[in-house]
Parts: sequence; C-alpha cells; structure tokens
Amino acid sequence: MTGRRIGRRPPAVVLLPAAIGLAFFVVPLVGLLWRTPWGDLPGLAANPIVTDALGLSVVASVSATAISLLVGVPLAWLLARVEFPGRRLVRGLILLPLVLPPVVGGATLLFALGRRGMVGEPLYDLTGVVLPFSIWGVVVASTFVAMPFLVITVEGAFRNLDRRYEHAAASLGAGRWTVLRRVTLPMIAPSVLAGLVLTWARAFGEFGATITFAGNLPGRTQTLPLAVFVALESDRSVAVAISLLMVVVSLAVLVALRERWWKVL
Amino acid sequence: MEGAVTTGPLRARVVIRRSDEFLLDVDLSIEPGMTVALLGPNGAGKSTTVSAIAGLLPLDGGRIQLGEAVLDDPGGGTFVPPERRRIGVVFQDFLLFPHLTVLENIAFGLRSRGVGRAQATESARGLMEGLDIAELESHAPRDLSGGQAQLVALARALVVEPDLLLLDEPLSALDVTTRAQLRRVLAEHLRGFAGPRLLITHDPSEAFLLADVVSLIEDGVITQLGTADEIRLRPRTRYAADLAGSNLISGVAQDSRVDVGAFSLAIADHDVSGSVLLTIHPTAISVHRGRPEGSQRNAWRTSVEVIESLGDRVRLLTGVPLPLTVEVTREAIDALGLQAGSPIWVAVKATEIGVEEEPTVGTGSRNWR
Repeated sequence: MTGRRIGRRPPAVVLLPAAIGLAFFVVPLVGLLWRTPWGDLPGLAANPIVTDALGLSVVASVSATAISLLVGVPLAWLLARVEFPGRRLVRGLILLPLVLPPVVGGATLLFALGRRGMVGEPLYDLTGVVLPFSIWGVVVASTFVAMPFLVITVEGAFRNLDRRYEHAAASLGAGRWTVLRRVTLPMIAPSVLAGLVLTWARAFGEFGATITFAGNLPGRTQTLPLAVFVALESDRSVAVAISLLMVVVSLAVLVALRERWWKVL
Repeated sequence: MEGAVTTGPLRARVVIRRSDEFLLDVDLSIEPGMTVALLGPNGAGKSTTVSAIAGLLPLDGGRIQLGEAVLDDPGGGTFVPPERRRIGVVFQDFLLFPHLTVLENIAFGLRSRGVGRAQATESARGLMEGLDIAELESHAPRDLSGGQAQLVALARALVVEPDLLLLDEPLSALDVTTRAQLRRVLAEHLRGFAGPRLLITHDPSEAFLLADVVSLIEDGVITQLGTADEIRLRPRTRYAADLAGSNLISGVAQDSRVDVGAFSLAIADHDVSGSVLLTIHPTAISVHRGRPEGSQRNAWRTSVEVIESLGDRVRLLTGVPLPLTVEVTREAIDALGLQAGSPIWVAVKATEIGVEEEPTVGTGSRNWR
C-alpha cells in the first residue's frame, strides 16, 4: 500500500459481470424501442383494445392500492405492535403471495371466491355479486398479489420507528389516537408511500392471478398485460404499443417519486 | 409557568422487576421548587425510573404520588396513563418531532389537550420569547444546534404547565464545549419552574451543579442520598467515592498551560484559553519519594496530609501547593513507606487532565473532599 489509491478504477472481475447484469435491463428496453412502429403509434394508441385495457388497468391497480392502504396499514400495525399467538404464521401467510406462482394464487381465489366457491357461493346467494370474470375479480386478484408489498414495507416502518417519539407525544398529553395521527403516521409516511408505489406497480403489471381468476374478457377484465399477451399472437404492433405504454407509465411514476422516496425502498 | 400552578411534592417508590437478576426499588421525594438528581452509572435503573414516573412503564410495586394525585398504585389498582399525568419531560436526545416545525413542536402539548390552534400558537410564542428562541419558530428540528434543540425541548415540556419536570440526561446529547454553557442556561430555567424537578444523569458535575439533593443509584437501589457536599465528604460506596474523589481545579488556560494559582499545569489540549475547569482522576496521579524520572511534565513537591484505607487501595490527601486526592495501591504505599506527614513528589501526565471551559468560576483550587 505505497501511495496507490484504492478503488480508483474498479477491477475487471467486478466490472464485467456488472456490465452483463446491466445489459439484462438495457437490451430488452432497446429491443422494444427498436421494434416500435413510431409512425403508427397514434393510431395504435387509439385502438379500443388498448384504451379499454388501459382504463381497466388504471382503475383496477388504483383500487387495489387503495384497498391495500385501508386494510394493509392496520394489518401492518397489528403485526408490528401486538404480540399474539401465531403472529409468525400470519406474517408467513401474508408473504405467501410474494412467492406463490400468481396462477396458483388465482386458482386459490377461484376455489374460495368463485361462483361455487366456499365464500363465493353464499356471497352470490346473499347479494347476487359474482367476483370472477368481472372487474371486481380483477381488483381482488391484483390486491391479493400486491398488498403484501405494502404490509411488509409499512410493518418494517412501524418496527423501525423510534418509539420514544410516541412516548414523548404521550407525555405531552396526546392519547393513543392523537399519537397515531399526529406522530406515528406522519413519521412513517415516506415508507407508506414507498409501499404504495410498490403495491401499485405490482398490481399494474398483474397477469397470472388475474387471468386465472377474472379471465381475459376484452373490455371487462382484459388489463394491459393480458392485452399484450393476446396481441403477441395476433397483432405484434399492438403488443409493442402497449408494452411501450406500460414502460412510459411505470417510468413516469418512478421519476415523479424522485430520489427522496427511493431511499426508503 | 412561573408560579402559575401550586404543585405538591413528588412522593415515589418505584418497584419494577426487569428480570430475575434486576430489581429496581427506589424512593424519591421531591419538594416543589427543589431539584433532585438521580445519578448513577449506565444500567443502574435510571431510564426505568423515568419511564415509570412518566407512565410509560407500570409499577410492579410501590406507589407514585404527585401532589394530591396518585399516578400509579398497583396495590390500590390505580394507573394514570402518561397522557393524563401532568409531567413535563425533557427526553434524552430531545426527541423533537422531525416532521413538525419548532413552533408546532412546542404547541403540540396544548393542541393534544384540546387547546385551539390560535391560542396554542400564542402560548407557544410567549414561551419562546421567554427562552429567547422566538426567531426559530419556523425551523425544522434538524436545523437546530444542540443548544437550541435543548431549549425547544424544554419549552415543549413547559408549555402545558406540568406539575413535575423530568429531565432525562438533558445535556448528554451536546458536545463538551456547549455542555458547560448550557448547564448554566438550564440551571437558570430550572429555577423558574415552581414544581418539583427530577434530573436523571450519569454525569457527576451535572448532578452536583444543578441539583439541591443528589440520589445515587446503583444496581436498582439508592445507595446514598444527600447534598453534593455530603456525598463528597462521606461517600458510602465505591461509586460514590469515585465521584467524590475526582479532583476539580479551576484555572486559566493559555498556550497549553493552565495557571492554577500556585503554579501552572501542562495540558494536552492546545486550543483552549480562558477560564477552565480541570478534572484529574485520583488514580491518574502517581506518587514518588524523589523527583520522578521520565517525561511527566507535571510534577511537584508536596506532603501527605491524610492517609485513608479503601481496602486494597489507599487514598491520600496531598498538601500545598495544590491539594489533591490521590489513590494508589496498598503495595505502593508500603513500598514507599508513606505515612501522614511524609514528604513526597506527585506527578500527572498532561493527557490525564480533563479540561472543560468554565467561564464563570474564578481562579483558585477547589477540592471535592
């Protein structure tokens, strides 16, 4: 170590695999751009198959994200703050959709919530609501696969929060609800937002559970990923256009969140 | 805040079993207008005591009463939750809410108690003017210096006019140079609070300078209770003796030397000048029969005034020109054949002398024995 500066140039043994790794992300994107029929793009974007699927994808992914927020944050709080028997099992169950093949997830939904399913049948008899093969089915399938992202992110935030801040608030006269509303939630807000983004992105790209549980009915349950899949067999230029659309929307979300939210991920 | 509430004393017996090995059992009694320091090493049970009094941890036994109000009494089935106790807490690290401005932090307690925004803001502003921090109101906590954060934390605790002020290591988050200065600021504001005040600290100078009465806590029990002088004069435990024996000398620093009256001592810190407080631990001083050899720059001739046995160690009090408490092993005493009146040389390395800037104290020697 005689005056030679360390780390001025990364060694080739690191550089080479890193470059290959990067290529995995760059090459497909370039391939997509290379195949894009730029001139036909306005016409393709106005194609009802594309517009219907886009509308459905946006509605379903935003609904799934909203539902995840409403039920996922309380769930995360319980997991982080309350000792109860079987807590580890519950956490495992919530994480299951992350590792389960989405098609299997969709199948389990079908068995439980289908027209003749354990919950689906009484639900139909009581309310006449049929979840599969409807937009509600799309929302349910997306929520099932996407909500774990929110729960684990927010649970981690609840755990990592220095509880002494909550104690300080209590010593100042704040009751439990005030502490939650004015201290805990504002302090974990960045993590909640990060969790929402992950949840939304997962819901937006959902394919397997949706096609299994909600089917692939254009205009009713055919979301963008499903439309891409179908278009690949019929009209490749439509598939390219939709893919490009999804890349643009996803990139726009990432850019809009900028650096400060990334750090939490 | 000043004299606004007529508060009663704090009477607390805090019994908490943290584990099979550790049982906390301390008595605290604080009259209004009086500051008691709970002084002890880390792990002695100080934080647990704070949590219990603030209501963050229920008692296993004992009882906490503040004025007329019983706050926790497991025997009688009473437990008042923290938000309904009238206790202002200045937390270690201050714990200002990072997502709120200074003004919102200070108004937080009033808002939580249902005071309207306008009135809470007005009260908070009034208090901020009193503490001379009015210009900070729209700052974020992360933009504050340690000293400013401490005043904001104090204001936040005082704004709800608590019946007890609890200060948990209020100076430990500050760097050494601001600590001495803020200790005086804190002392001043403590005097303005009419109720009982409890100071939790592991820093003896903080306890001795800020508190009227010091309670030493070790391994979950109070081992000694008394004024600073009482503890210095009659330390009852090894820990108390360590605290008491520390030599505190005030002097004037210039060019790495400190004038302590009779002569000057070399110190390792080159940057300080002006009035300073020096600390020399009794075990850092060596004793010799003749002029010590080697590189020790601080050596002088004196005599043994008092010899006192501490078991396997011996405590000496040296005489003029600089009376100090010295602690050496019994073997060393035997080898040197020392007794009261023996002429000796003492030496201390410049690096063993602690230096703290202390602008108010004049020149002279002060020994805490």
